[in-house]
Amino acid sequence: MDMRVETPYGERVKLAMRDLNFFYGSFHALKHIDLVIPDRKVTAFIGPSGCGKSTLLRVFNRMFELYPEQRAEGSVTLDGQDILDRKLDVSLIRAKIGMVFQKPTPFPMSIYDNIAFGVRLFETLPRVEMDERVEWALKKAALWGEVKDKLGQSGASLSGGQQQRLCIARGIAIKPEVLLLDEPCSALDPISTGKIEELIHELKTDYTVVIVTHNMQQAARVSDYTAYMYLGDLIEFGPTSELFMKPKKKETEDYITGRFG
Amino acid sequence: MNIGTLDAGRMAKHNRRKRTNAIALALSLAAMSFGLFWLAWILFETIRLGFGGLALSVFTQSTPPPQAETGGLANAIVGSGIMVAMATAIGTPVGVMAGVYLAEYGQRTVLGRLTQFINDILLSAPSIVIGLFIYSVIVARFRTFSGWAGVLALSLIVIPVVIRTTENMLILIPNSLREAAYALGTPKWKVILSITLKAARAGVITGVMLALARIAGETAPLLFTALSNQFFSTNLGEPMASLPVTIFKFAMSPYENWRDLAWAGVFIITLGVLALNILARVLFRNKH
Repeated sequence: MDMRVETPYGERVKLAMRDLNFFYGSFHALKHIDLVIPDRKVTAFIGPSGCGKSTLLRVFNRMFELYPEQRAEGSVTLDGQDILDRKLDVSLIRAKIGMVFQKPTPFPMSIYDNIAFGVRLFETLPRVEMDERVEWALKKAALWGEVKDKLGQSGASLSGGQQQRLCIARGIAIKPEVLLLDEPCSALDPISTGKIEELIHELKTDYTVVIVTHNMQQAARVSDYTAYMYLGDLIEFGPTSELFMKPKKKETEDYITGRFG
Repeated sequence: MNIGTLDAGRMAKHNRRKRTNAIALALSLAAMSFGLFWLAWILFETIRLGFGGLALSVFTQSTPPPQAETGGLANAIVGSGIMVAMATAIGTPVGVMAGVYLAEYGQRTVLGRLTQFINDILLSAPSIVIGLFIYSVIVARFRTFSGWAGVLALSLIVIPVVIRTTENMLILIPNSLREAAYALGTPKWKVILSITLKAARAGVITGVMLALARIAGETAPLLFTALSNQFFSTNLGEPMASLPVTIFKFAMSPYENWRDLAWAGVFIITLGVLALNILARVLFRNKH
């Protein structure tokens, strides 16, 4: 149990890590991470490639468990409950903690079914309500206008940017509490990126959003809190404006001003 | 400098690359025409010799005695149809499920590796070995040749082909697709059924069609199992006629009416496999 219920900035705690370590085989990828992520805020993770930010994201929904050589030690709690507890059904955690990946991954089915697939896992909705849910999710992801006349078409027939918004719609359609975004815009053009950033802004009224990004401007634009990671260590965490305007650590300052390495 | 040329050194390299390309293209085209030439010839001969013997009686009457005026292949066509369909119906689910095990569960496990190894042996086993195996464990034990023994022998040929193609096709599906499905909280069986198998569907169907095409023409495994039957029969407990065995028997005979029927049989197998292939491709076309 993690007793921390309030962040140092007075927000309600959604996700909390205590002495979290992560290993790829014998490689120590995350080192003693202690961090709390506030409820209904956008928290960004920045840092150079290989710093462990995506790894951290994959601990939150236990995605790493697909690979037997990967393991996490320590505790991660969602609303005070340990999600690394092996007795806990991982499907239920993933129903509460959704994830959108770097590359769009439409399922081999229609646009409609791409959204409905996840919903059907946990809910049995009458046709009308399912239609409404699909429309709602596609509208939230700013895709409805472009696909409303071709919901029966293959998800793979969409452009890359549309596919990524489809994946976001799929993620929010199951109404998770936390949404993990792993560099969701890295394959997108500026217009699609803009739409997704607007969406992130909107999402935080209902969801806790955690985003990993390489793009520091993006972190500055969309997030309330930012964490800077380097080589598996959490270097600094704080309100985004503070971290970017007056970072406390020299390493953070070097990275955000581009004097890094 | 002219836009169409480069300085001497770079131009020489560029020309060499162009020559290599031309040679590679010529060799590929030659290989392709060599293959196509024989294929086209086979098809041409099949049509030329088989089409002539084709009459309605081929489909309505059973195999005749030597030098008879009438007769057909009805018993062989139906026998082949039944045995090939049954063998595919048995072999496909077994093969697909074993392939799913190898690709989705048994990766990097001892049991998985062992299964792969044994499957590879089975895949390359001569079909006459499989025929003799079924003969010794089924036919000799029950003291009768039967359609069932033929079905079993044929499904033993189908299974390793389907296992191999299913496994290969599933391995090609990127892990990112699996992760995306798991990230929604999808249980593993549903990820496999609704996502990976569906994405690999076209390849798996191709594997099944390849297996079907192969057993439709297999003679050796049926010689000692289903044997043959000169009468029309749909009873799998009895010896059963089949096109390949009938062709084998008739084509080598000195009787002209038998030889004509053999060619008609060859034509029917070829056309049948082709038609099934096209049908499967149309029916299971990847819509998504």
